[in-house]
Amino acid sequence: MIVLAYCVALSGLIASGLLVYGLKRMSSPVTAVSGIVTAGWGMLFVVAASFLQIFGVSDAARPHIVVNVFLAILALVIGGGWAGWKGRSVAMTAMPQMVALFNGMGGGAAAAVSVIALTGPTDTGIGQLLVTVAGGLIGSMSLSGSLIAWAKLDGRMNRPLRFGGQRIVNAVVFVLTLVLGVLAVAQYHQPGGGLMALLFFAGALLCGICMTLPIGGADMPVVISLYNAFTGLAVGLEGYVMAEPALMIAGMVVGSAGTLLTVMMARGMNRSISNVLFSNFGEVAATAAAG
Amino acid sequence: MITAMTFVIALYIFMLAAFTGYEVISRVPSILHTPLMSGSNFVHGIVVVGALGALFNASSVLEQVIGFLGVMLGAGNVVGGYVVTDRMLAMFKPSTKPAAPAQGMPVTGARS
Repeated sequence: MIVLAYCVALSGLIASGLLVYGLKRMSSPVTAVSGIVTAGWGMLFVVAASFLQIFGVSDAARPHIVVNVFLAILALVIGGGWAGWKGRSVAMTAMPQMVALFNGMGGGAAAAVSVIALTGPTDTGIGQLLVTVAGGLIGSMSLSGSLIAWAKLDGRMNRPLRFGGQRIVNAVVFVLTLVLGVLAVAQYHQPGGGLMALLFFAGALLCGICMTLPIGGADMPVVISLYNAFTGLAVGLEGYVMAEPALMIAGMVVGSAGTLLTVMMARGMNRSISNVLFSNFGEVAATAAAG
Repeated sequence: MITAMTFVIALYIFMLAAFTGYEVISRVPSILHTPLMSGSNFVHGIVVVGALGALFNASSVLEQVIGFLGVMLGAGNVVGGYVVTDRMLAMFKPSTKPAAPAQGMPVTGARS
C-alpha cells in the first residue's frame, strides 16, 4: 500500500514538472509546437496513474469501487470524446469560444469536487471547508461566466444586457452568495447545511452570469482569459482540499500566468481590466470620452 | 492529518507556483497570447485527477452522480484544451523564413 501511495504522489510530481515545462516551451514561437506535446504526455501520465488510487479508497467506498471505476471510464470517454470531436471539427475562427467552453468545463469540474467535499460524509476541519467554499465559488463563477462568454462569441446572445443599478444588484448577489457560503460552513453536517450549500452554489453560478452579461462581445477574449485564471485558482484551492500537490502547482501556475496574460491582453487593447469589467454599466459614452 | 506544518507548506507551494506562472508568461510576444491562454486552459484540466479521486471514493448515489459529472467536465477540459491548442500552434510550424504575421496569427485567421 505504501509503495502505491508513493507511486501516485511521484506521478503527480513528474506530471506537474512536465506541465510547467510544456507551458514554458509554449511561451516561445520556436518551441511552442513541442510544448503542448510535452504537457500532453504529463497529463496522460498523471491521469493513468490516478487509477492506482482505486487500491487505497476509503472503507465506505470499497463496496462501490467496481461501479465507480466503470463510471469513471465512461465519464472520461464521453467527456473526452465529445470535446475531442468538437475541438477538431469546429472552424478555426470559432476557436476563442471553444476555449471559453472548455475552460467553463474545467471550472465545473472544480465546482463538482467542491460540492462533494462540502456535502460528502468525510469529516473536514473548518480551515479546509473555507478553502473548499472559496474554490467552489470561483469555479462556479468561471463555469457560468464562461458559458455566457461562449454564447456571446458564438452569436447566440448578441446584445449586452444592461440596466440601471446593475452594479448594485451584482454587488448584492455577490454579498448574499458569500453569506450563504459562510452559513454552509457553519451548518456543515447539520440539518439545513445541504440546503445552504445548494443555495450557495446557485448563487455562485448567478454571480458569474451577472458579471458577464453586461460586457460586450468585443471584450470577451480578455474576459475568457480572466475566467481561465479563475479556473486555475479554483483548481489550486481544490487541490489543497484533496491533498493533491500536482493540482495545487498546476492550478496556481495557471492562476498567476492567466492573471498576467489578462493584464497584457487588456493593455494590448489600451484598456485596464477594471475598465473592461466595470465600465459598461450604462456609462459607456462617458468612459470612452475620458479614455 | 492537516497540521500547521502542512498548511504552511501548502502556502509555500502556492507562493512558488505563482512566481513560476508569472515568470513563464512575462516577456511573451503578443502573437502567442491566444495559444497560451488555450495552453494554460489545458494545464488546469489536471482538475480531472481531483474529480477522479472524488469519484473513486464516492459511497452514495449523489456523490457518484456529482463525481461522474466532474470527471466528464474535467475530461472535456483536458481533451478539448489539447486539441484546440494543438490546432492553434500548428500555425507556428517551423518555416525557415522569419514569421510572416499574416500566417502566424491564429485569431486573425478570419481576416484573410
